[in-house]
Amino acid sequence: MIGKIPLADVLVVSAALFAIGLAGALLRRTAIVIFLSIELMMNAANLALLGYGAALGTVDGQIAVFFVIAIAAAEASVGLAIFVALFRHTETIDVNKINLLKW
Amino acid sequence: MSVLPLWLIPALPLAGFLACGLFGTRLGKRFVSVVGVGSVGLATVAAFSRLVPYLGGDHAPVVERVSSWITAGDFRAEIAFRLDPLSALMLSFVTFVGFLIHVYSTGYMHHDETDAGYARFFSYLNLFMFSMLTLVLAQNFLLMFVGWEGVGLCSYLLIGYYYEQPFAPAAGKKAFVVNRIGDWGFLLGMFGLATQFGTLDYDGVFQAAAKDPARFAPALTLIALCLFLGAVGKSAQVPLYVWLPDAMAGPTPVSALIHAATMVTAGVYMVARCNVLFRLSPDAMLVVAIIGTITAVLAALIALAQNDIKKVLAYSTVSQLGYMFLACGVGAFVAGMFHVMTHAFFKACLFLGAGSVMHAMSGELDMRRMGGLKGKLPTTYRTFLVAALAICGIPPLAGFFSKDAILAGAFEAGQPVLWAVGLFTAGLTAFYMFRMVARVFAGSFRGTPEQEHHVHESPPSMTVPLVVLAALSAVGGFVGLPAVVGEHGNRIEAFLSPIFLPLAAHEPAGHALPHATEWLLLAASVAVAAGGIGLAWKWYAKEDGRVPDRIAAAFPALYALVADKFRVDELYGALVVKPFAWIARICWKVIDVLVIDGVLNAGAFLVELAGDLLRFLQTGNVRNYALTFLLGVVALMLIVMGGF
Repeated sequence: MIGKIPLADVLVVSAALFAIGLAGALLRRTAIVIFLSIELMMNAANLALLGYGAALGTVDGQIAVFFVIAIAAAEASVGLAIFVALFRHTETIDVNKINLLKW
Repeated sequence: MSVLPLWLIPALPLAGFLACGLFGTRLGKRFVSVVGVGSVGLATVAAFSRLVPYLGGDHAPVVERVSSWITAGDFRAEIAFRLDPLSALMLSFVTFVGFLIHVYSTGYMHHDETDAGYARFFSYLNLFMFSMLTLVLAQNFLLMFVGWEGVGLCSYLLIGYYYEQPFAPAAGKKAFVVNRIGDWGFLLGMFGLATQFGTLDYDGVFQAAAKDPARFAPALTLIALCLFLGAVGKSAQVPLYVWLPDAMAGPTPVSALIHAATMVTAGVYMVARCNVLFRLSPDAMLVVAIIGTITAVLAALIALAQNDIKKVLAYSTVSQLGYMFLACGVGAFVAGMFHVMTHAFFKACLFLGAGSVMHAMSGELDMRRMGGLKGKLPTTYRTFLVAALAICGIPPLAGFFSKDAILAGAFEAGQPVLWAVGLFTAGLTAFYMFRMVARVFAGSFRGTPEQEHHVHESPPSMTVPLVVLAALSAVGGFVGLPAVVGEHGNRIEAFLSPIFLPLAAHEPAGHALPHATEWLLLAASVAVAAGGIGLAWKWYAKEDGRVPDRIAAAFPALYALVADKFRVDELYGALVVKPFAWIARICWKVIDVLVIDGVLNAGAFLVELAGDLLRFLQTGNVRNYALTFLLGVVALMLIVMGGF
């Protein structure tokens, strides 16, 4: 538990965040929003890690979260750079229209 | 005193082969001539630097180990060279005749060859010398086999030397394939030796066999016959002789060196080398003698009706090789080896003489378009005549002594039938040789005016070897005078006898013929030879072939049969080549194209079909992929949680 919040509540929030992120990633067409949704799923995972870490009384969860944040930052820069390059080429970031690599 | 090592003798031509083969084309004919001939010349010098002290010594075998080669369990084979009277005899004439033929080749090949062709020719020739010397000097069967295969390879390469012409590669292929049958026999024989004796070392095998003949006797006949099959292939005996006449497609020096003087006698050498094994098996000996006799007479008969000058010589070679095997088969191994040596001299001289005639006649081979060359090619004529008289067995030329030793050996061994056939063959030999001499050199010129205008004596590089070989053909026989002439005249017998020591309890010591009988045999063979020569000269030189033409016209079917070489090639074609080609066709059309290719193509088709269908999953739409992820993850989770 984090502070006074029980673990179950933390996990419920985490699962809700993850579901929102998943829905966004699958349903939205704008690359930026898909990207945001992915970040959301990652942070849902972070939250779960923190919850478990606190429940078990170790710092392992927090350490893992730090790594995830660092990697997410790197990933964000790469991802955004790809979107910029994509936009320059295709003048769109609608993923339904970016489908050249098929059969 | 330090001596040159034996391994140097084959190594020098090997170095020549590498130099000519790798750099010959770029460095030109002069370089190739110097290196190609020089390496063999140096090998000859090295060989004689060993031979001369050896002849003066006690003739004990010398074995020089270079390195170990194969070690597998108890079996060991070494790279080791051996100098004993038998290999010394071979070494002397292989190097010397080989050197002369290399010199001759510089003249013969100079005109019509490019730099690349010239380098190719001499590199093959040097490789041949390397292989032949390895064969001769080897100390065990395995190393001998290396040389054996090497000479076969060079023979193939050199027969097919004029590869632009269709028949030359075909002849090379034929030689290679037919030799393969013999090599298969040799291999089987070696396997037999290795299983029976556990070694392939000459000393080990022969001493064990001689010490305990009863133990090995059951297997020895089979082993000896397998080895003899190898000799039959290499030395062109019935039924595997068909490759040698075709091998004349190669350049004439090749015919002289490989297909007359050295390689084809390797089979005789091998049988003589294994004389212990053969003598322990009377059946094998009888087979050797009979095969040799049949070959001798059959080839001589075919030679009667050939018009191609090299074909006559080729069949003559087959016939003389038959003589050598006849000698080995009746136990007269010394006579056989003696004939190997004298034959190398006179047959090389004849082939080189024929080459000189071809050279003068712009490549003409047909004797019907020659004639009257006596005055135009005086040196060639004289040397050719000496060599022809030598092969006919006219005393005191070399062939007389060696051939007489063989016939006497057959008679002595109690084989009067073989002796009579051999004598008949001697008459045939004299006849066809002098038919050739008369056709080529006597009478009037029958070629075209351009050829007549062009006729010229060959350069000294060609005539000097001819003269040397003719001289050897004349005097080479004096090393083996028959017993009636002088008690110690037969030096070659004394020299080689340690190789052919009688086996204890198996053979009684040779009972010499009474002198009167021996004189009678001598007189008979000289009379037959003189008769053959006289008849041929009368019919072909004096009467210009009218009588033989009438005979041919009287028996057209018989004449055509002989002229077509008894149609043995056609018989083999129908019995072996055709069925084999048929089987090969089935293998190709049914097994390969239908079955193997079919299975592979079916597999490839399935893969292609699957790919064609599955590729539509690849929509290019990222969200589809993400959905697939999700479904995959859900499925995995269900499995992990044990739901399914």
